[in-house]
Amino acid sequence: MGRFDGKKIIIIGDRDGIPAPAIEECLKSTEAEVVFSSTECFV
Amino acid sequence: MSFSVVKGSGYVLVHTPDMIIHSGTTQTSERIVNPESDYLKNLPKFLRSYDEVVSYPANQTYIGNITPDELSQYDLPWYDKKIENADRFGKFGEIMPQDEFIGLMKIADAFDLVKLNKEFTVSVKEKLQKHPLISDDLIAKLKDGDEMSDINKSINELHAEPIYNDNKIVGCVKRAHEIDINLNAHTIFENLVVKASGALAMLNLLDKNSINPQDIEYVIECSEEACGDMNQRGGGNFAKSIAEMTGCVNATGSDTRGFCAAPTHALIEAAALVQSGVFENVVIVAGGATAKLGMNGKDHVKKDMPVLEDVLGGFAVLVSKNDGKNPILRTDLVGRHTVGTGSSPQAVITSLITAPLDKGELKITDIDKYSVEMQNPDVTKPAGAGDVPTSNYKMIGALGVKRNELERKELNNFVTKHGMPGWAPTQGHIPSGVPYIGFGREAIVNEEINRVMIVGKGSLFLGRMTNLFDGVSIVMEKNSGKTEDSKGVSEEEVKGLVAEAMREFASHLLGN
Repeated sequence: MGRFDGKKIIIIGDRDGIPAPAIEECLKSTEAEVVFSSTECFV
Repeated sequence: MSFSVVKGSGYVLVHTPDMIIHSGTTQTSERIVNPESDYLKNLPKFLRSYDEVVSYPANQTYIGNITPDELSQYDLPWYDKKIENADRFGKFGEIMPQDEFIGLMKIADAFDLVKLNKEFTVSVKEKLQKHPLISDDLIAKLKDGDEMSDINKSINELHAEPIYNDNKIVGCVKRAHEIDINLNAHTIFENLVVKASGALAMLNLLDKNSINPQDIEYVIECSEEACGDMNQRGGGNFAKSIAEMTGCVNATGSDTRGFCAAPTHALIEAAALVQSGVFENVVIVAGGATAKLGMNGKDHVKKDMPVLEDVLGGFAVLVSKNDGKNPILRTDLVGRHTVGTGSSPQAVITSLITAPLDKGELKITDIDKYSVEMQNPDVTKPAGAGDVPTSNYKMIGALGVKRNELERKELNNFVTKHGMPGWAPTQGHIPSGVPYIGFGREAIVNEEINRVMIVGKGSLFLGRMTNLFDGVSIVMEKNSGKTEDSKGVSEEEVKGLVAEAMREFASHLLGN
């Protein structure tokens, strides 16, 4: 069982770092459930 | 068709300590949710004086008095360093104090919505009369001021927004409609700030580069506010209002929006309009945002440092017909983050940086300087947002390593050589790509460098219409000296003529 399997995930991405859709994409191969995903601008 | 050139630029800052407290959204939000907070009580103790703002190394860089290279000699933090004998006026522009700027807001007001008291009007008129760029015609718009009783009545009974200076009410901005939120006092205040600071940038552009305002044919305004009414919320048009205020009588214009990426979009649009021959002189201009004042103030106060987001920013750039001297804008080397690009950092950097380079058969190291998100790290690092320009340079360099254009061990050198420290205030569109245009143009004209890439990124997702963000880029390059006129016919035209002759020859062969 993977680290994220069965977990509910909240994703806060960074526009100048790793945006949320990219993180979400990485989690597709797991059994994690993304409950919230948003990119934020910190500047 | 000949590429257009960057003929000049103007950069301005406006020190607005009272607007941090009364207009910055971090503070206005705090006043709603936690009105008795220690932050709001302590904030005034952490505001800088005008002299401190003028001598601050990053601000002196913004107006062109010291170069990015000189700034990089100062170790962070910069807020405890100062440039000795710093001047409010610089090679590219100026740092205006708040009282003069409030006067400029009154001057910018075409609908008698700004009321300033008589005493303040007298003092600010005296100061603005000494300002080299504010003409008598503009000063006349200050009129004689209003009675404080009328101002108080507008604030207390008619929903006007107070204007503070030195923590005292000196005037107000009235609402322009009784129920339309797009014309309420708060929005009109914000929009007059955009117009006035944009106009100040335009005046500096015209003055510092000896440009006749009557030669300007088109203006593109590219800030992040919207002016309009309830039937057309973002109808516009800041551009034409700024052109009107600054004597550009032969210009029209329009507003381009794209969050922080808008200035680079506007630069590409201006380059296209000039290169295609539609207009000879196009200005891109933007004013500043009161909403972002003190945006990271809580972190700054928590770290016992001054609230550094205490200035509005503005800039203006003139794009003109090729003069054989100024740097050209390579519209054939434009990068863009498309809908289908994807959001991984690698995909983003590929679309903005290497895709245009590939079109020109250039390597990552062929660009001498990358002007990316030039946010001042003195502001962002204590707030936990890191050093934004450096992160961008590392990503560009990493892609260079991946493309075998750079040795892995050279990565840090790449960041130093092709990058710069950030010096622009965190005013959204203001730090995005454009802060280096002035220095870059000068360095190219002085033959110190050959190529600069201007990169703008924008957080479209904040508007809640898409999850996407955006970005565009364009290369500014040394002028070969050849203009369309001196060239006679273009390479494309020659190719076309040869192809036609070949076709005709072939048809004769077939015919026989």
